[in-house]
Amino acid sequence: MSVETVPSATATTGTDATADAVRGVQTLSMAKAINAGLREALLADPKVLLMGEDIGPLGGVFRVTEGLHAEFGDKRVLDTPLAESGIVGTAIGLAMRGYRPVVEIQFDGFIFPAFDQITTQLARVHLRSEGTVPMPVVIRVPYGGHIGSIEHHQESPEAYFAHTPGLRVVSPSSPHDAYWMIQEAIASNDPVLFFEPKSRYWPKGPVDQDHPGTPLHASRVVRRGTDATLVGHGAMVATLLQAADIAAGEGRSLEVVDLRSLSPIDYGPIVDSVQRTGRLIVAQEAYGSVSVGSEVAATVAERAFYSLEAPVLRVSAFDTPFPPAALETEYLPSADRVLEAVDRALAY
Amino acid sequence: MAAPSRDFTAPTLQLLTPDGELRPTPEAEAYLPLVEALSDETLEQFYRDMLISRRVDVTGANLQRQGQLALWVPSHGQEAAQVGSGRASRPQDHIFPSYREHVVGMIRGLDPVKIMNLLRGVTLGGWDPAENGNFHLYTLVLASQTLHATGYAMGLQFDGDTATGDPDTDAAVLVYFGDGSTSQGDASEALVFASSYRTPQVFFVQNNQWAISVPVSRQSRSPISLRGGGFGMPGIRIDGNDVLVSYAVTRQALEEARAGDGPSFIEAVTYRMGAHTTADDPTKYRTDDEVEYWRQRDPITRYRAWLEARGASAAFFEEAEAEATDVAADVRARLLDATAPPRSAIFEHVYSEPHPLVEAQAAWLEAYENSFEGEGQ
Repeated sequence: MSVETVPSATATTGTDATADAVRGVQTLSMAKAINAGLREALLADPKVLLMGEDIGPLGGVFRVTEGLHAEFGDKRVLDTPLAESGIVGTAIGLAMRGYRPVVEIQFDGFIFPAFDQITTQLARVHLRSEGTVPMPVVIRVPYGGHIGSIEHHQESPEAYFAHTPGLRVVSPSSPHDAYWMIQEAIASNDPVLFFEPKSRYWPKGPVDQDHPGTPLHASRVVRRGTDATLVGHGAMVATLLQAADIAAGEGRSLEVVDLRSLSPIDYGPIVDSVQRTGRLIVAQEAYGSVSVGSEVAATVAERAFYSLEAPVLRVSAFDTPFPPAALETEYLPSADRVLEAVDRALAY
Repeated sequence: MAAPSRDFTAPTLQLLTPDGELRPTPEAEAYLPLVEALSDETLEQFYRDMLISRRVDVTGANLQRQGQLALWVPSHGQEAAQVGSGRASRPQDHIFPSYREHVVGMIRGLDPVKIMNLLRGVTLGGWDPAENGNFHLYTLVLASQTLHATGYAMGLQFDGDTATGDPDTDAAVLVYFGDGSTSQGDASEALVFASSYRTPQVFFVQNNQWAISVPVSRQSRSPISLRGGGFGMPGIRIDGNDVLVSYAVTRQALEEARAGDGPSFIEAVTYRMGAHTTADDPTKYRTDDEVEYWRQRDPITRYRAWLEARGASAAFFEEAEAEATDVAADVRARLLDATAPPRSAIFEHVYSEPHPLVEAQAAWLEAYENSFEGEGQ
């Protein structure tokens, strides 16, 4: 896979794709689709605010908020001081006041200064207040590798948050899902961690602005197959579809399920699929140990034990810190590594 | 070339001397009119607040010793800092406490039994700030509430509910934290955000000299009040055992905040006469001489001396004693009536919207517990 670069501020003409928000089906990149979804949310509810570092005139380092500061102004699109705990902590205060803050964490590896506010405060205020103080805060996190960047810029920290009660965690894999899921996340009265697979920011796809399709917390079969089930989320879905394509050329039929929601996980389509195929491979860019994939594997083993013809297999990054980018293609699960696992599962 | 100064000092504002004389320090003189404007009734209210607070505090400690509370967090010695600042707030203001501000909560209308239920292991908080004087929930992770307060104050600004020029409706935020908490990164981040957005907010540090067993000198080598200026807001150091200066300085800072002049930082120098919590043994880390020094500066004793000198009747003090005794007895009786919540409370309110995992686990626990019905009889 080629290393894609962040487009420069002058590479696009700005708000063309979003200015009029024409309904119907448009072809958008995921970055533009999220931008359009954020714009819809800002238009729909004056309590929606965007907060983050460099999200104002610059439009964010990935340009996801491009044009929104110019349209909505300083009080709706806030360039904050450079302090992640401060951003999330003040977002909590704003939510207590009745706002619906949407926070951008600039890169996956920079979410940890805010970890305390997210896990000990954001996730618990509703419980602590016995239901009187909801926390409708969305935290957008560009995450994952394949962008050739430096340390702390390519990580997949979603399991920490999926492990935390009180949070909801989702990750879109396509522009269409991104457009709708960001709006559903903002509409939720619970805190939502919204993981954006940054290697998928730029490929374009259809976005139907009239038909949302799948609910926020539903998983979905994105390719039908009969020989084995592949499950993944975010950028990994594209890798799984690529693997299924290759396998089809070799006469194997693989089903692909897009998790979409990591907390809660919608097991219905997964268990149903495994009951038909008898084999499950779970893939992720994150470390495999104590991961979302571990949870899916354990739960499917509980719920579909008699349908399984082979052990559930995980294909993950290695349990080492993300390496220098020169090694990322060997570090991250590829279609070939997924197919190697498929071979092992089919050998039983 | 002269070496840069490493001598950091700040004046400590005081209106009432430890002997109970109204004799303002030079920097405090400007605040005197705020006190002179108070009615006898209000001045007596300060005394009753402090006395009730101390009686409830003793009740809390006793209940813990009797096994009725898991923990008690004493406020003994800090009554003036809390009563003065708490009484300086207006009804429309919002208070963000740490976890020792029992008397501020009571001033804002919170039933102290609710605080005790938290320390009894019956709730995790359990009050609605909107129905309890805008007194927000206790926050046990130190300094995290400073950011919530700043965000809330930003919201007041965005809503236009402050700085309209009407002090009866313009709102401000008052946030409490301690000398130990000032070392937390969140405290500094809150000061940065507050200064940056010029929030209508007062940061009120109770410097009670000890963060459990660690002295304030480990947290700061300069007066903590100096941090205000470093972040771009006034920093004022007051005698936290003087209820009058605590009231006046906080009142002025809150009025400036609600007028749109930006945030302020107040350090109230006080002393935690008791333990950090009932799990602590202060004799292991501080001397009797030090405790005695502060006992001589007791906030209630000095205020009583001043009230007596200006003519408060013996009957007033007797009534205040009786009231404090009654309140403490009532708190004790009602606390002992508190029962454990139903097991469904484990699951309720974790999410505000349906969550299949939590719902399945709630159903499982119910079925599991019910499976034992009729056994062991």
